[in-house]
Amino acid sequence: MRKDSGFFILVGAMGLFVSINIFLMTSGKLPFSFDGFGIILGAGLTLAIYSFLYKDNAAFKIVENLYVGVSLGYTIIITWFNFLKPDLYDPLIIPMFSKAATKSPQYALIIPSLLGLFMLLRFSRRLSWLSRWTFAFVVGLGAGVSIPRVISAFILEQIKPSLHPVFSGGETIFSSINTLLIMLGVISVLIYFIFSVEHKGAIGKVSKIGIWFLMISFGASFGYTVMGRLSLLIGRIQFLLKDWLGILQ
Amino acid sequence: MNFLKRTIPLIIAFVMGVLMAMQYYVPHKLSQNLLEVVSRWDRIIAGFAVFIGAYSLFHLHWTRIKRKVEGWGYSVFVYFGAIITLIFGFLNGGKFFWHDKQEGTMFDWLYSYVQVPAGATIFSILAFFIASAAYRTFRARTNESTVLLLAAIIVMLGRVPIGNYISHYIPAVADWIMAVPNLAAKRGILLGVSLGAIATSLKIILGIERSYLGGGD
Repeated sequence: MRKDSGFFILVGAMGLFVSINIFLMTSGKLPFSFDGFGIILGAGLTLAIYSFLYKDNAAFKIVENLYVGVSLGYTIIITWFNFLKPDLYDPLIIPMFSKAATKSPQYALIIPSLLGLFMLLRFSRRLSWLSRWTFAFVVGLGAGVSIPRVISAFILEQIKPSLHPVFSGGETIFSSINTLLIMLGVISVLIYFIFSVEHKGAIGKVSKIGIWFLMISFGASFGYTVMGRLSLLIGRIQFLLKDWLGILQ
Repeated sequence: MNFLKRTIPLIIAFVMGVLMAMQYYVPHKLSQNLLEVVSRWDRIIAGFAVFIGAYSLFHLHWTRIKRKVEGWGYSVFVYFGAIITLIFGFLNGGKFFWHDKQEGTMFDWLYSYVQVPAGATIFSILAFFIASAAYRTFRARTNESTVLLLAAIIVMLGRVPIGNYISHYIPAVADWIMAVPNLAAKRGILLGVSLGAIATSLKIILGIERSYLGGGD
């Protein structure tokens, strides 16, 4: 009985949605064009996803899976146009096989192509070990690139402002207190993360201060995330009321 | 065979790691060229990696359809969405995929009216779930959780007009929380993470950390 009521609610909602769109199109509030149909589709998807707030239903699941599929297709196409075409197809494949090509092929690109193909051998039982060469290349490259850059950008550049002089002339008393608080926060948080020493005595007290700083930071991050999501929600409501229904101007 | 399966990957990781770490300290044109070349190679390999992800997702949903597990019909929409997007993407507005990407095609239309609205709505729906989760978990049981709760409330109020309406100090306190205690904690976390990243990178280069090789021989 409950299943039937869910089905009727779904059919009723879809009927209402179609009726509203017919009215919007015939009254000229929505253009009879690809953009007009796009707005209807976007509104339909938005409402289908928000229907989950009532309860899990077929419309939500359809849109959820459709979104996954479209995102996958989009990622593949963008990877082709942004990476594989300009970095591999244009400089290697075209000059190799096209007589009209003016540039000579960059044969060095055969190496990353082979490494890429080796990675796809992950699905072969006999040859999957070849994918290790690719992973070793990528992981080794990432490790080597990151060491000096992490030291420079994250460690030295973060320590420098943390050790800013409290009084170097021209500061207010508040900015000096803030500088001290930042230094205290950084040191106490770092001490909190030292797990090889038991948090007792002085270490325990300083790490307790670190916990307080971490709690304030987690609370602030949480508040910031909530506000970010709310601004997205406002954006979707604006889309429905302004772009679709034309109520807001 | 063990040499090909184990030793060569370790040599590749070591050579690439040492080479790229040294490259940073050599301000020569050749060194810059090396970075550009290997970065380009990395992008190409990342391009191939996308196909592993695509295969994995398609395989998962194909198995669901084949075995007719509960809700298998929804998996058809994954294929439908992906195939439609791929067709319009490769058609490239009638110029086909071997030409540069054209603007204003059906592929862009799908992005504007399916990907963007669905993505933004799914993320916005999290606002409701975060709020309900916060209601259940943010109880001021201890001093630490009270501090977390207060920081969250002040930052949230400080970002909306009602915060300023309640008190002019709320936006100022919210800014101070973000700029001082939050910055200090984030900086401490970042320093810890950075030191950990360097240690892990060194272990990879020296062949101590080998988990990226996977299991087996």
